Amino acid sequence: MIFGIPIQAFMGQILIGLINGSFYALLSLGLAVIFGLLRVINFAHGAQYMLGAFVALLALNWLGLNYWFALILAPLVVGAFGALLERTMLSRLYQLDHLYGLLFTFGLALTLEGTMRWYFGASGQPYAAPAALTGAVNLGFMVLPIYRGWVILASLIVCLAVWALIEKTRLGATLRAATENPTLVQSFGINVPMLLTLTYALGAGLAAIAGVLAAPIYQVSPLMGSNIIIVVFAVVVVGGMGSIMGAIVTGYLLGIAEGLTKVFYPEASNIVIFVIMAIVLILRPAGLFGKEA
Amino acid sequence: MARTSEISTSEPGSVPTMGRGVQLLLLALGALVLIGAPFVVYPVFAMTMLCFALFAAAFNLLLGYTGLLSFGHAAFFGGAAYFTAHAAKVWGWNPEFALALGVLGATALGVVIGAIAIRRQGIYFAMITLALAQMFFFFCLQVPFTHGEDGIQAVPRGHLFGFIDLNDTMTMYFFVLAVFVLGLVLIWRFVNSPFGMILKAIRENEPRAISLGYATAQYKLGAFVMSAALAGMAGGLKALVMQFATLTDVDWHMSGQVVLMTLIGGIGTLLGPVLGAGIVIALQNLLATSAFPVTIITGLVFMVCVMLFRRGLIGELAHSRLGRALGLRPPG
Repeated sequence: MIFGIPIQAFMGQILIGLINGSFYALLSLGLAVIFGLLRVINFAHGAQYMLGAFVALLALNWLGLNYWFALILAPLVVGAFGALLERTMLSRLYQLDHLYGLLFTFGLALTLEGTMRWYFGASGQPYAAPAALTGAVNLGFMVLPIYRGWVILASLIVCLAVWALIEKTRLGATLRAATENPTLVQSFGINVPMLLTLTYALGAGLAAIAGVLAAPIYQVSPLMGSNIIIVVFAVVVVGGMGSIMGAIVTGYLLGIAEGLTKVFYPEASNIVIFVIMAIVLILRPAGLFGKEA
Repeated sequence: MARTSEISTSEPGSVPTMGRGVQLLLLALGALVLIGAPFVVYPVFAMTMLCFALFAAAFNLLLGYTGLLSFGHAAFFGGAAYFTAHAAKVWGWNPEFALALGVLGATALGVVIGAIAIRRQGIYFAMITLALAQMFFFFCLQVPFTHGEDGIQAVPRGHLFGFIDLNDTMTMYFFVLAVFVLGLVLIWRFVNSPFGMILKAIRENEPRAISLGYATAQYKLGAFVMSAALAGMAGGLKALVMQFATLTDVDWHMSGQVVLMTLIGGIGTLLGPVLGAGIVIALQNLLATSAFPVTIITGLVFMVCVMLFRRGLIGELAHSRLGRALGLRPPG
């Protein structure tokens, strides 16, 4: 017993919190990567997450491709779609106020959501977890469904890989340099517009991976993205978009905070992240990991 | 800060002398349309348009004249709708008091949300208002007085001042029209006041406004609260017109819709949002009976507006030769 709550229930909620946190981390990471270079808040991030889940579902139903293929296919498809959008439309908005990027991607999100709803209906469709990941293990203090453990592990691996890509590799160094001063980097003969396109594709691909991971846990539904994106925005505000690691850590922390709230005061679990956001804004407006004042 | 001024380019245009007369003529024409509307179209439809036009105009007060993009205005609109509906139905208040309560509630919400949100600028401001409005949405979902998914149904319109029966559709229309005109006059007065001038200065260049000694945070909060209160007036009015208040009114799609209305009509113009609201509502009405989802159209219109005509209809007109001949001033 912890604070009068059975340990099973307590750990169960922490686990759910960690899983939600995994998605928050993956999505806020993608938002931070896109924002870092393009200075665009990608409102369509939720829609791209939803598209990722649909790619998994349709690959299975139409092509018979299983989960593991989907995990590779979805980020490629959604990333390519993102690259196309960036090249043809989004890139024309960079020289304007950042708000136009937000408005454009908002319109995009509405269009994608509406289109999927038109074709597939608003109700969710189940997607079975792969056979290798079904079942559960008894950890002694709690029972852990294997698929949920996999989600936490996979999201950790992806997050750390992206972090390493940006902070530790030469390509990452170029990216960071382009964030600081695109003109200078371009004058070194580096194709900055191409870099921007690739970055947007990377962000969209990350959202798609999160979507595939989410498909067996939540139902695959056209509305799944818009429900989560606003929470992720709050996560991003709390973390501050200045740092990649900040986005990841804040994602997990707020997921756990949400899980804990479900244990102690379930009525507030929907709003706890927003409340934390408000408190952080009052105490530290730049966010926990933010640099700008 | 060339980027901020991009939101609405101000160009000092000289008003031709013939413009004044044409403007008066246009004004008279507008008045004629508003008075004649319920005799031509379905009155409830015309009233809905007026409510949303007021909502968009209130929103534009913030985006167009202060340069702050709020993605959470549904909270004020929908919140006021709930307050007004509850006061009119459960407490049996007269419509004017119920409406006043809606405005008061929206004002209070505006103070709280505004005080938190103005701590950040630009896109952060947009995300924060969106998140806080979503928090209010969940609040409305759970508290008992909103009746969750059902909403507050069958709200009585009651008797204005105790003796004017608003159940008569025509009477109701002219009540709505009066509130709408009052709202627009308030906005016009506000924008052209010294306070409004300072807001425009903040929009164009906030650091300079600060260096001139203005406490910009207070001015921004003032504009935010004013905008929230007027959005509340629109929301309360809507609850009386449609006779219900539901979660749709506080949903984030509603916040997006009001952004679209303003964008289509023209950010930073007085009449743009009114026109934009008319177009969006008419479009929804048109598509309401078909199976085709409105969100696809809304989304596409959003993208086209952002890509191709950011000034909006009124803004483009004001910049055109015809607009200059009519004596329309480009927004600023």
